[in-house]
Amino acid sequence: MVAILLIEDDPLVRRGLELALSRHGHAVRTAETGEAGLDAFAASTPDLVVLDLMLPGIDGFEVCRRIRRAGDVPVIMLTARGDDFDVVGGLAAGADDYVIKPAQPTVLDARIRAVLRRTQGSGEGVRMHGDLRIDTASLTVSLRGEPVPLTPTELRLLLTVSRGPGRVFSRQQLLEEVWEHDYLGDSRLVDNCVQRLRAKIETDPANPVYVQTVRGFGYRFGPV
Amino acid sequence: MKRWWLRGLRPRLLVAFVLVTVVGAAAAAWSSAGTASAALVSSAQERLTSGLTSQIGAITPQLAFPPDQATLDRLRGAAGANAVVTYQGLRSSAGLEPATEALRTAVRAQHRMLTERVDVGGAPWLVIGTPVLITAPDGTRTPSGIEVYSAEDLTAVNQQVQGLTTNAVATAAIALPLAVLLALLAARSVLRPVRELRDTARRLADGELAARTPPKGADELAQLTVSINEMAESVQTSMIAMERMQADAKRFAADVSHELRTPLSTLTAVMEVLETAAGEMEPDAQESAQLAITETHRLVRLVEDLMEVSRFDAGTARARIEEVDVAAAVRDCLRARGWTGEVELSAQEGIVLGTDRRRLDVVVANLVGNALRHGAPPVAVRVSAPGEKVRIEVTDHGPGLSEEVLPHVFDRFYKADAARVRTPGSGLGLAIALENVRLHGGTLIAENTGSGARFVLELPRENR
Repeated sequence: MVAILLIEDDPLVRRGLELALSRHGHAVRTAETGEAGLDAFAASTPDLVVLDLMLPGIDGFEVCRRIRRAGDVPVIMLTARGDDFDVVGGLAAGADDYVIKPAQPTVLDARIRAVLRRTQGSGEGVRMHGDLRIDTASLTVSLRGEPVPLTPTELRLLLTVSRGPGRVFSRQQLLEEVWEHDYLGDSRLVDNCVQRLRAKIETDPANPVYVQTVRGFGYRFGPV
Repeated sequence: MKRWWLRGLRPRLLVAFVLVTVVGAAAAAWSSAGTASAALVSSAQERLTSGLTSQIGAITPQLAFPPDQATLDRLRGAAGANAVVTYQGLRSSAGLEPATEALRTAVRAQHRMLTERVDVGGAPWLVIGTPVLITAPDGTRTPSGIEVYSAEDLTAVNQQVQGLTTNAVATAAIALPLAVLLALLAARSVLRPVRELRDTARRLADGELAARTPPKGADELAQLTVSINEMAESVQTSMIAMERMQADAKRFAADVSHELRTPLSTLTAVMEVLETAAGEMEPDAQESAQLAITETHRLVRLVEDLMEVSRFDAGTARARIEEVDVAAAVRDCLRARGWTGEVELSAQEGIVLGTDRRRLDVVVANLVGNALRHGAPPVAVRVSAPGEKVRIEVTDHGPGLSEEVLPHVFDRFYKADAARVRTPGSGLGLAIALENVRLHGGTLIAENTGSGARFVLELPRENR
């Protein structure tokens, strides 16, 4: 049973999604405004937040930023198709993934499960790369002995690329492996997550050592 | 390019002015030079004849009659250097014989002084012929039979006449640059308003509907300017009204589809619940649920397509350009929709194109879906890269597109047959495909192969 916090202002959409997600076996709590959502979040931390971006009061972007500040709980946002402003803004605010409205519950459930799978370890041991220590069993990362808090998506991305140091991963490959998206996945998810990851593990994010860009192809880990 | 030099107003005006000036000046010069030279010649002639008459009149009283050779010689001496004097058989001459036979006959017959102009070696001469008359004491005059012919050189007079002509030509030549200057000034006064009107018309044609030319003066050009301004005014007014109506209609479509999205979100969410519960329902309730589910999906598709079209209309559609392997993208598109078995794909491998992956997928899916629905198998998709373009051809072997359908195949909600059974498409598929292609600066055309329909999509290799 996954504890989901659904923040959506329209009462019928909220109830519809609650019904559908419950049917997929999730424990759904709902909130109708950003403020109410943040209160519910503080009262009891859910496993995952489904967040509508168009909210009265404090908007979805701000709610997302505050949830990110509070911890590493994954956020999936609901956006309108073609509204690039929403997608870009939501990803910048720290969302892990997005689903286009009107959201099909099956698609939303698949994304939820994909995000939650990212917290499963491969359990093969500890990888050491320079000052970076990645424990694939306990799913912890530390830099020069200091633990680095990563969201499940950032962690899965780091685990994926560090699996083969020097090997180039295309955005498409990363979308399929980390996000479990189909062939039309949005490569901005990858670019955005790489930036957030770099901000946490690189000494100089503008000149990355661990997650490097391979122009025109994608990303690779190291070589350190 | 025939007669290019007469194409502009300026050269035409210039040529006309110069022609008028030259002809006028030449006519004036010719006529005045003619009159002056005639006056010169006649006065010279009068002077010479009266000189001869007085010289002969002074000497004749001293002469014996009938004259002998010596008398004739004296008379010739008085008449001048180039004179000839004759009396019946006698003749006194300096060796020259200027008078023609015609003059001599005329003088003999008419018994009066006559003149004649002859040309001797290129020089003009005046020949004067006169009979010498005997005046009786009673005053009657009878011809003595003596005739005096004298020739005078007219070269000096002729030179004077030529001087006059040269002067006239020179005056005309001085008038010529003046005429050119005047022509240019006149041309400019006509051409400036014409050029301003042309510039205004060009700006209007380029869509700058506020372009006007302020009218100057009250001539025909000013009236034309006023008329053109009025025309532009009315065009602008109706364009603004039309644009506003169009914008209203487009915004309405965008607003409607936007508003529809919220209830559709609820419907989409609960349809799945309904679907999973349908198994336990009565058969008619189960069928009703199935109908609701199907129609909800269609409604969602329609609203999504409407919103997509609205974004194109509003100009807010943006392409998210990525490097895309075209063959792989087409293959993925077919596979994702379960069409791999129904479509023959021949794709040139390794074509990488900067394009929007999702939009390319939409275009290919619409074309192939259309071919599968309205055409007949085999449906073939060909991917190639001729020159600087990437070409995707979708060919079916159905009845093809009729002449009436062909021009409207990309129209929104165009139904080839009003009674046609409703298809799963929204009626916007090909319109959206075309808009997507245009967004990439490409072309999409529909044609008949003779054994079916073919859609040819071409995208430029270099994307902006």
